[in-house]
Amino acid sequence: MQVVEPRTGLAVAVRATIKRDLTLMLRRRGEVINPLVFFALVITLFPLGISPDTALLAEIAPGLLWVAALLATQLSLDVLFRSDFDDGSLEQLLLAPQPLPALVLSKVLVHWLLTGLPLAVMAPLLGIMLALPVESYAVLALSLALGSASLSLIGAIGAALTVGLARGGVLLSLLVLPLYIPILIFGAGAVQAAVLGASAAPHLALLGALLAMALMLAPWAIAAALRISING
Amino acid sequence: MWAFIHKLGSPKWFYAISARLTPWFWAAAAVLLVVGSVWGLAFAPSDYQQGNSFRIIYVHVPAAILAQSCFAALAVAGGIYLIWKIKLADMAAAVIAPFGAAMTFVALFSGAVWGVPTWGTWWVWDARLTSMLIQLFLYFGVIALRGAFASRDSGAKAASVLALVGVVNIPIIKYSVEWWNTLHQPATFTLTERPAMPADMWLPLLVMVLGFYCFFIALTLTRTRSEILRRESAKRWVRDLADGHAGGRR
Repeated sequence: MQVVEPRTGLAVAVRATIKRDLTLMLRRRGEVINPLVFFALVITLFPLGISPDTALLAEIAPGLLWVAALLATQLSLDVLFRSDFDDGSLEQLLLAPQPLPALVLSKVLVHWLLTGLPLAVMAPLLGIMLALPVESYAVLALSLALGSASLSLIGAIGAALTVGLARGGVLLSLLVLPLYIPILIFGAGAVQAAVLGASAAPHLALLGALLAMALMLAPWAIAAALRISING
Repeated sequence: MWAFIHKLGSPKWFYAISARLTPWFWAAAAVLLVVGSVWGLAFAPSDYQQGNSFRIIYVHVPAAILAQSCFAALAVAGGIYLIWKIKLADMAAAVIAPFGAAMTFVALFSGAVWGVPTWGTWWVWDARLTSMLIQLFLYFGVIALRGAFASRDSGAKAASVLALVGVVNIPIIKYSVEWWNTLHQPATFTLTERPAMPADMWLPLLVMVLGFYCFFIALTLTRTRSEILRRESAKRWVRDLADGHAGGRR
């Protein structure tokens, strides 16, 4: 009888990680939907807290939408590694022969697919409620899609650092939010530029540059942080 | 040279060598700070626009410089600890972080006090102030993360990683905030476009900056020494040292 070696290439492992995470997350739909509900809820709070005046709301809408989406992403970070840490599959990920940064990157990709991307798709809807001018909807969705990928990557560093702690929630936001500031600036700036009729391209390009840099550096930091959290 | 560095990495040797260096740095800090403050506060000419209020610069600028240097030092110490596992680097990092946070706060506070006579307000969302505020939050994050772990080693490693991530991000934050500021509100007043200072204004400033650095080094050495004693308290040489002290006093 011939023994068939299991395929252990990097592509196989990455595909398997993505498939596993997608399956797991789609079975726990609440965790996918909750950030979206949170996003809608926070946006509902602003007109109640500030004023229902559409002119005023339209003016501050780009910033509000971006801040709310950023907070929603940040709140969803904890699930990124938590259940894997609790059931021990994170240790298996660390022991895998494939490079950890690549595997971690595929986990972050799933997080973005199920958090950042839905937020970006949903944002124009909330933009309507805030009387955001129609011209800026495409830019709003695009900037959120681009920016939330960086948010997921940077946030994963914080999530990996705090995953070993029993109560890491507030600490996680303390670590991550200062690092989110550049993305917020360029993301909200892009929408603002679109509202004013200027070209949003420079902002989007900078968001892309930040994403490229985060893609390059963050996986290694996440991997190092996970090793610290697991090995102590 | 390498042998010396290796020896320096050992807490016992560092303790012995720093015992000789620390008093000199304290003395230099005291002299420089006294000379700088008296020179700056009493003898330097007053600014033709801001009058005497500009003298806050002699505290504000050194604190701001130190606040930034401390983060760099924190990241370097974190890198040394992560790469070479030299515990001494982590002891220094544990000591530097609160000092850096304090300096950032001093820079922010003195800036706010300076803002009242010059800008007529305690706080403006100026690019420099904002990036300094964000840096304060980064310091808080590093300190909080270190404290959150039950095991000291995990906390130390996690704080080192965060310090390295932070130091990569600080320039990005700084430039993005500057860009945001120019986009949203045109700068009505800038600190940078002051007329070039005459020498009798910037010389005391230089003395103060050097004094702050000496103070930083002296304080870091002293606090690292007590950190060594605390962490190595089970080691024989520390116990011998304690016995010796007790014997000397008897």
